[in-house]
Amino acid sequence: MAALNLARLIAVAADTIATHAEELTALDQAIGDGDHGLNMKRGFEAVRAEADLFAAKPLPDALKAIGTKLVMTVGGASGPLFGTLFMALGKEIAANPDRANLTAAFGKAIEAVAARGKSQVGQKTMLDVLQPVHDALAGGKTAAEIADIADAAAEATVPMKALRGRASFLGDRSIGHMDAGARSTALLVRTLGQVIGESA
Amino acid sequence: MSNVGIVIVSHSPLVAEGTADMVRQMVGDEVPLAWCGGNGHGGLGTSVEAIMGAIDKAWSEAGVAILVDLGGAETNSEMAVEMIGEPRAQKIIVCNAPIVEGAVMAATESSGGASLKEVVATAHELSPS
Repeated sequence: MAALNLARLIAVAADTIATHAEELTALDQAIGDGDHGLNMKRGFEAVRAEADLFAAKPLPDALKAIGTKLVMTVGGASGPLFGTLFMALGKEIAANPDRANLTAAFGKAIEAVAARGKSQVGQKTMLDVLQPVHDALAGGKTAAEIADIADAAAEATVPMKALRGRASFLGDRSIGHMDAGARSTALLVRTLGQVIGESA
Repeated sequence: MSNVGIVIVSHSPLVAEGTADMVRQMVGDEVPLAWCGGNGHGGLGTSVEAIMGAIDKAWSEAGVAILVDLGGAETNSEMAVEMIGEPRAQKIIVCNAPIVEGAVMAATESSGGASLKEVVATAHELSPS
């Protein structure tokens, strides 16, 4: 795997979140508290503001620092959840990860997110995208294929009934809407694939 | 102070402050007390940084009980405890209790010199599960 251009990844990820902030907020308004887009945008802009600082660190330290920054700036439950994803990834990943290391580290990070959110796959959350992405990584899929799998997985949260988070208060009425966290996760997966693709 | 500290974390600063007022009315200055609410940017929400600050403010060697409202407040509080780290983290407990009743009951228990375990148990008695 080619060395990851972290500064470029941060810039593209922050752009993606900013572009989709209104869409994410609209998804969250339908079945949540409607702050997801704005919260994610605030967090990723805070990461972008210090992109050079993060990019100068070895990958594990950079991911941990980005996770901490997201925890401190996103607010809402998404802060600890996305923050934990990055922090746990940083804890497990190698400085120059190959696919096997990335897959293993990603698996551990998903476990950490599940523990933080006291959630599991099938409850209409970001885990419903993270797990298929992990499986695709393990199965040797390409970045483009993984991005499509992530989109499909986010789409697959539409008929699910929310069992965690604010959306779970709606019970059956949460059915028929996409989970905002699943959508933002899919967006980030596509971004990562795109940047890795550029440097491959 | 040796009494267990109470931290109130709501999505709304008005709810958090109002709850703290009700606690003060019961226990005066007998109990270390701090509250936080809002996302730090003028909106509803909770902030890990603000929660860590509130824990510092209400810190007691006897421990700190945190009362929260909705899910994000709980997740952010648990994250704040983890970031504070040991040895203090083992003396901080996020309660599963309604925020107003829990805070008032927990503070009242604390004001009598109860242990962290007793304070938290009193709050937990308010939750059906």
